[in-house]
Amino acid sequence: MASGKDSVFKTLFVAVAVCLVCSIVVSFAAVQLRPQQERNKLIDRQSNILAVAGFEVAGLNGADIADLYNKRIETRIVDLDSGEYTDAVEPASYDQRAASKNPEMSEALSGDEDIASIKRQADYAPVYAVKADDGSIRCYILPIHGYGLWSTLYGFIAIEPDAQTVYGLGFYDHAETPGLGGEVDNPKWKAQWPGKKLYNEQGELAIEVVKSGQVKDPEHQVDGLAGASLTTIGVSHLVRFWMSEAGFGPFLDKLKDS
Amino acid sequence: MSKAKDVLLDPLFNNNPIALQVLGICSALAVTTNLNTALIMSIALTSVVACSNFFISLIRNQIPDSIRIIVQMVIIASLVIVVDQVLKAYAYNISKQLSVFVGLIITNCIVMGRAEAFAMKNPPIPSFLDGVGNGLGYSLILIAVGTVRELFGSGSLFGVQLLELASEGGWYQPVGLMLLPPSAFFLIGLFIWALRAWKKDQVEDAEFVIKDGHEEHA
Repeated sequence: MASGKDSVFKTLFVAVAVCLVCSIVVSFAAVQLRPQQERNKLIDRQSNILAVAGFEVAGLNGADIADLYNKRIETRIVDLDSGEYTDAVEPASYDQRAASKNPEMSEALSGDEDIASIKRQADYAPVYAVKADDGSIRCYILPIHGYGLWSTLYGFIAIEPDAQTVYGLGFYDHAETPGLGGEVDNPKWKAQWPGKKLYNEQGELAIEVVKSGQVKDPEHQVDGLAGASLTTIGVSHLVRFWMSEAGFGPFLDKLKDS
Repeated sequence: MSKAKDVLLDPLFNNNPIALQVLGICSALAVTTNLNTALIMSIALTSVVACSNFFISLIRNQIPDSIRIIVQMVIIASLVIVVDQVLKAYAYNISKQLSVFVGLIITNCIVMGRAEAFAMKNPPIPSFLDGVGNGLGYSLILIAVGTVRELFGSGSLFGVQLLELASEGGWYQPVGLMLLPPSAFFLIGLFIWALRAWKKDQVEDAEFVIKDGHEEHA
């Protein structure tokens, strides 16, 4: 049948018309909803940072979170090699995750250096300074990430201004086994972190997560997760990596001296 | 009227897309660890099947046979993207938990299956109802599986703690298996068994029947 709905002309016409209508609908939805989505992403990140800084964010709405964040948190960018603050990138728009995939803004890590299995490390990292009521610095929040059992865990570690004491730790993105490795989100487990010391008396990096139930040095060791050895090792490695010379070490040295 | 009711309600028990047709299992395993995600996924899939059925049926007499599958795919894919965008804008936390599974509705056999089997041959309104019905059939299983998995796996429903967990000082030791995908397989299997015990006509004939020895020689 040359005419009717199976003709070549009709086939092309229907194909073009359907694609045109669908693309208009999809682009309209994407453009209309983008501002709301960007806002959600921002609030999500801000509430994660506030939670690690010890603020109660569970019952707050978006505007409250943004308010609290702007009042209490100051974002600076740190050059990880030198440990100095830098203005090379804009703090508000800098995306460390995207930068670590960009060869111009990151460097590859060699195998023995890369204990956190992240392969590439961005040159710059954001640091969030948390202000207390009286305006003094309560702690610095440093973004950390590394591989666990199934997934890369993304989180924050908060360090007190003495560059030695842990103020808190939390992960906001991972896909570890629920109920086992996923217990990194358990408030009870996270409650062990505050007060731990990063370095021993000789100034060596001493903090680590040990196998569940085998803590010998409670000042530096964190009890691991029962039934989740590989997640435990992953968390230990990633914390040690980011607190070492390759990570925030130079920044922490500067902080200690100042 | 009663025909419209049949179209709507048949997929719940008589012709359930998961239990009888065994379609859409992948997402049923992935999003049922808690009721929130199961419910949002159900709503997302139901609206996609209903709308795709409606729009495909609307232009069914115009769609050339040679490109009908790809035309259906384009419509379904567009609807899925819209749903995904809406979730990202208005239910951000849940959409983060659902991650790729909303996008994967495109490949959910229920949607394509209803478009090809029903919407191409029926007018828009019954097609829409058929879509809603099949969406509800899918939702029924998801909610049932989600309820069991969340209650026994985390001791809660919709995130509200009902059973005091042993790790929090309570009495309930959660069943870790419930939080892993295989448990959904077992639950869906049990559901299919229960359904087919109730409605005997859903039991499939064995594909090959092994004959008796002497009959073979005859």
